[in-house]
Amino acid sequence: MRSEWNGFVGGKWENEVNVRDFIQKNYTPYDGDDSFLAGPTQNTKDLWKMVLDLQKQERENGGVLDMDTKVISTITSHGPGYLDKSKEKIVGFQTDKPFKRSLQPYGGIRMAEKACSDNGYEVDPEISEFFSTHRKTHNAGCFDAYNQEMRACRTSHIITGLPDAYGRGRIIGDYRRVALYGIDYLIEDKQAQKDSTGRVMTDDVIRLREELSEQMIALKLMKEMAASYGCDISKPATNVQEAIQATYFGYLCAVKEQNGAAMSLGRTSTFIDCYAERDLKNGTFTEEQIQEFIDHFIMKLRCVKFARTPEYNQIFAGDPVWVTESIGGIGVDGRHMVTKSSFRYLHTLENLGAAPEPNLTVLWSTRLPQNFKKFCAKTSINTSSIQYENDDLMRPVHGDDYGIACCVSSMVIGKEMQFFGARANLAKCLLYALNGGIDEKTKKQVGPKYRPYDGDVLDYDKVMELFLDMVEWQADVYVNTLNIIHYMHDKYCYERAEMALHDKDVKRYFATGIAGLSIVADSFSAMKYAKVECIRDEDGIITDFKITGDFPKYGNDDDRVDAIATEVVHKFMTAIRRHHTYRNGIPTTSILTITSNVTYGKATGNTPDGRRAGQPFAPGANPMHGRDTHGAIASLSSVAKLPFKDAQDGISNTFTIIPGALGKEDQVFAGDIELDLNK
Amino acid sequence: MTKGRIHSLESFGTVDGPGTRYVVFVQGCPMRCLYCHNPDTWAMTGGEEMDPEYIFEQYQHNEAFYKNGGGITVTGGEPLMQVDFLIDLFSICKEHGVHTCIDSSGIAYRPENKPFIEKLDRLMELTDLVMLDIKHIDPQMHKKITGQPNDGILAFAQYLSEKGVDTWIRHVIVPGLTDDDKYLYDLGYFIGGLSSLKALDALPYHTMGKPKYEKLGMEYPLGDTPPMDKKDLVAKKQKILDGIKARRADDGKKS
Repeated sequence: MRSEWNGFVGGKWENEVNVRDFIQKNYTPYDGDDSFLAGPTQNTKDLWKMVLDLQKQERENGGVLDMDTKVISTITSHGPGYLDKSKEKIVGFQTDKPFKRSLQPYGGIRMAEKACSDNGYEVDPEISEFFSTHRKTHNAGCFDAYNQEMRACRTSHIITGLPDAYGRGRIIGDYRRVALYGIDYLIEDKQAQKDSTGRVMTDDVIRLREELSEQMIALKLMKEMAASYGCDISKPATNVQEAIQATYFGYLCAVKEQNGAAMSLGRTSTFIDCYAERDLKNGTFTEEQIQEFIDHFIMKLRCVKFARTPEYNQIFAGDPVWVTESIGGIGVDGRHMVTKSSFRYLHTLENLGAAPEPNLTVLWSTRLPQNFKKFCAKTSINTSSIQYENDDLMRPVHGDDYGIACCVSSMVIGKEMQFFGARANLAKCLLYALNGGIDEKTKKQVGPKYRPYDGDVLDYDKVMELFLDMVEWQADVYVNTLNIIHYMHDKYCYERAEMALHDKDVKRYFATGIAGLSIVADSFSAMKYAKVECIRDEDGIITDFKITGDFPKYGNDDDRVDAIATEVVHKFMTAIRRHHTYRNGIPTTSILTITSNVTYGKATGNTPDGRRAGQPFAPGANPMHGRDTHGAIASLSSVAKLPFKDAQDGISNTFTIIPGALGKEDQVFAGDIELDLNK
Repeated sequence: MTKGRIHSLESFGTVDGPGTRYVVFVQGCPMRCLYCHNPDTWAMTGGEEMDPEYIFEQYQHNEAFYKNGGGITVTGGEPLMQVDFLIDLFSICKEHGVHTCIDSSGIAYRPENKPFIEKLDRLMELTDLVMLDIKHIDPQMHKKITGQPNDGILAFAQYLSEKGVDTWIRHVIVPGLTDDDKYLYDLGYFIGGLSSLKALDALPYHTMGKPKYEKLGMEYPLGDTPPMDKKDLVAKKQKILDGIKARRADDGKKS
């Protein structure tokens, strides 16, 4: 065994890249409570104060503190940057100073220029000229290949949020590999992969060989970049500080080269804990030191920034990076995967204060240890900063070493990736079905010229038939638009750093998405259980509806309408599955418009459920606002009925509740008179 | 089976009994408490008639959320105005081992009404917990706050004690209305004599019911009375606890 691995239990992982095997052989499940946790050190407090100060300056400066306009960001484009070198236990920024946003033009030069100009900066004219004349971008490639119909769908927002002008993101490198194996071994492994490709030079083999070469270049650059910070990551990490640092460097390379819609971290806490346990046992570090390393790591993740336009920020309601870290879950051998470091990661929310990034996500199972559940609940109540996902649902599909990209997209770390596909506006599709493909807002013929609905009262069966026909068309144009996007992204904006930390043969998910599900479900419920009359404008286009009577609404655990929602998801997914997908990606769909629901609402006219034109959609798979009247469990139960097998890219529900509605506080109500009397 | 007259069903109750509870709000209440936050449940008509089986099915749908320490709570409105319905609903619950709880003001208790008491005896066999909300210990003040006398209510507390039905006493503390230290002590002294007392739930007055009054076109009786401060609440609760202690000490001397 290599000396860096002394004290670890050996196994397959010693002779092949297999981080999961290492974790399974070496992690220590923790059943205890949170009493072992350490508070922030003085260094941590000082550094965090500096970050808060920078955040304040950034806000006062209108949202951006500094932007690079001359240097195209690569792994090694910038020298080292620090807050205060003497205090930082984990180092590394995207550029040569904190809060300076990097220039990333490969996704699209116009987006890069606009991100600068909207914030009062100007991209170096030579760079603009280069990327307009000499080097094509992903964005330019997409528009070269789009047909008229695709452009029209994009403009009318029946397909929306497409990653054709910015980085698609949603790919998680296995950044832990850098720590466990060191870069030299990973390069050797990639060389062996390249040597093992077929000799017949088909398109696929040529592309793979070129990609593997790009990956090896990225690995070499990672080593150089780390060296500029005085760190040697060519060999495996020897302690927990080095392991965190190497993992972070891997991630840092990804965010230096990709301004992706979601740049997630993976599942690192239990991996890191193997090193923490070894160091505690050997007396290398104390609990305070280990917490300090983790606090500084999380602090760095909170400082990841991208250059973005106000429009982009409007779609995503802010400036999110989606540094999602997946915590906990249950192993396939039945042991839970909660470790002390799972607690330590969540504890950063106390030590540094609440924050939306990194997006700490607990993989929840009924079988998680009770102490951890209590700690999660406590931290949620104090900070409102934890996301929860159903491990019992995802484990059968992905095993126990998957992570979440963005908010709900699950993938096995280093073995699976996804092509992010934005979403189809199903509410608008329903209106197209009624109007024979004419857009209700622009009055233009966007969809196919099918027969419009000709009655005055909407008949459930007739409308459903028209709707499903229109969904078939929508799925067709949607999947083919995505085929172009991902072809061009691979060609002009390839994620070499992230893919260098994947296996050679990766499973690719071809993600699609749905917006407006609750609107469609409620609309059909209204047609079935109430009376919906359609109102036509002077051009004969249905632009409004009159509903008489009440109807069951999605979000109340009422099967009459919940079954409609389930059916719509299934029918949509079936339509998607019919089509060829780029690189034989496995089609999936998500119901997760967490923030863009407002924008989609603006682009969509009156709908037959009673929603007025311009009003926001419900986020994700949520019921429409105010229509769930039977409390949280009934509301969540409607969501839980949606079939995961037809929405494998994830189903999200945004849940807000006032603390008082979660129960009584201990000091106000003990629940036991004897306890009260003996205080 | 007797149908219940139901105001609404709430699937996520966290403050109406132990654990997470399925909460049934019945329609109809004879009390007119000044600080009531559910005035829409007062009318004896309206609401929706529901079968006990239907309500239990709704509960069962999501039983996973309630089975660890939770259960069903019936509140309102005044549940004991619908004793036949409660007997039917709780019979089903007990067949399935579900924890049952009634949140009542006790106003419906009439010791002289023999058929009612017979039914009540039957219901109490099916009830795991009664949360009895005593609005005020003083008869005059009680009348002022609720429009009703409190002798029956206090008798109901004694009845629960004699029957050995687990009881939580609830008491809403409203600034300037029910926060007098002497009365709080007296209340404690009274409930300290209840052998089935399991918990004391001092509820801080809040103003979240106000919009309902506006919606119903009613004047809000308490006007601008401020919500009860949490810190003060703990001190006020202590007064009640002092009364309980004193009563228990006195009872100890007697025996």
